[in-house]
Formats: sequence, structure tokens, C-alpha cells
Amino acid sequence: MDRVFHALADATRRDIVRRVLDGEHSISDLARHYPMSMTAVQKHVGVLEGAGLVVKRRQGREQRVVGRVEALRRAEALLAEYERLWRERFDRMGDVLMTEMEGNGR
Amino acid sequence: MSVTSVAKDLEALTMTVTAEYDVSVDRAWQLWADPRQLERWWGPPTFPATFERHELEPDGVVTYYMTGPEGEVHRGWWKVLEVEPPRRLVVQDGFGDEPSNAAAGMPSVTMRVTLADRVDGGVVMTMLTAFPSLEAMEQMLQMGMEQGLTLAMGQIDRILAA
Repeated sequence: MDRVFHALADATRRDIVRRVLDGEHSISDLARHYPMSMTAVQKHVGVLEGAGLVVKRRQGREQRVVGRVEALRRAEALLAEYERLWRERFDRMGDVLMTEMEGNGR
Repeated sequence: MSVTSVAKDLEALTMTVTAEYDVSVDRAWQLWADPRQLERWWGPPTFPATFERHELEPDGVVTYYMTGPEGEVHRGWWKVLEVEPPRRLVVQDGFGDEPSNAAAGMPSVTMRVTLADRVDGGVVMTMLTAFPSLEAMEQMLQMGMEQGLTLAMGQIDRILAA
């Protein structure tokens, strides 16, 4: 999970993930979308692969990149849970304040 | 809904949640300064919190426990880093008996709460959580989740848009 968050902490890598979740892409397809060398894109894909977010597979002379939905879902779920924890706390704070204003509180 | 915005920064390892209430800054501060009020919102209804020590002063210590439906108890603590009533509170928040046990590999996060006047007289409360490392972040999230919260699968799009 550590590597997942690191992998997602970069805008280019998040964009790559977004694209490959929509469908398989070759590295050269992906490289067209970013102002960087193919090698640089390959490195980003390598980081994503190391984090288990994408897998590469060879098709003829081309390397295709595929997104792994489950790994992403897990990272997202952890952060979403933390957000939910605080949303609920803030809602309860609102309830405490409201109960008091209605005069049936403490 | 009290929350007006949530910002997650995966690079800085922070999450900032902002909420607004139609009460004064002084009144909203009591939600933190009065342990009996804290108990009414810190834990979910299924895991109510009980605050024992509550020293909102520099280097002060706050200890609490949360009791689950089966009677199981989870202990937690804050170490007060900065306090400026009624506008600012910065604490280290961790799991376990007390701050001195924090070294035993237990993760903790920094929580910074700020209260500001809203133009029309209400209050804007901002809570920033800073995770010390990705590893600690995951540990904290997982341990926190055990305290009466189930893991809900959300939308992938949200993290990708972060």
C-alpha cells in the first residue's frame, strides 16, 4: 500500500492509470499524451507496475499496459474511509451544537 | 451537511476537511475544550469515546478510550503541541495508553484544528491531518478503521481526480 500511495502521488502517473483503466494502451500510445520521452513514460509505468496498479504484457513487438482495478480500489477505499470518519465527526459536532440551540441539550 | 470541502494531498500526505456552523468561534471551541462535549462526537454511536485526562495546554496530555459493542476497548491519546483558545489546537493523535508508549512502533498523526469567523457571524472549522509517512498513513487508516467502521468501497474516480 505504501507503494500504491507513492505511485499515485504523481499527476502523470494518475493520468496513466486513468487511461489504462479505460482500456489497454501501448507505451507509445501513452507517450503521445505527455511532453516527455518514451523512456520517462516507461519509468512511470514501471513505478505503477511495482505498486501493483498496472501490469504490462507483451503483444508482438509492443508492450501493452493494463490497469488493475482492485489495487486502486483498495487505496481509494482507505482514504475514503478516513474522509468519511471526519465527515461523520463534523456532522456529529453539528448535532451537538443544534441540540443545544433547540434547548433540549445539556 | 456541515462539511464544505475535503482536500487530499497524496504528495504532502495531508487531508484537510473544512466545515461551517452557525455558532460563534467561542461556542465551537467548546466542542474541543469540554471533554463531555468531545465525547458526544469523537466516537461513532457504536464506539462511544470516554475522555479521561484532558489537559489542553502546551505539552498537555489527553487520553481517551472507545468502547465497542462487545465491550472491547480501544485506547488513544493526544499530546498537545500548540493551543491558542479559541482558535487553534495542534495535537499528536495516536493509539495506545499514552504518548510515552508511542515509540513502540505505534503510528500517530498530527491534527491541526483552526477556527475562524465567518463573515455572517458563523464559524469555519478546518481540520488538517498530516501523516508522517505513507507507511504510518496506511497503519493509521487500518487501525482507525477497526474502531467501529466498515470499509466502504468508493469510486475510483475520486482518487484519480485528487
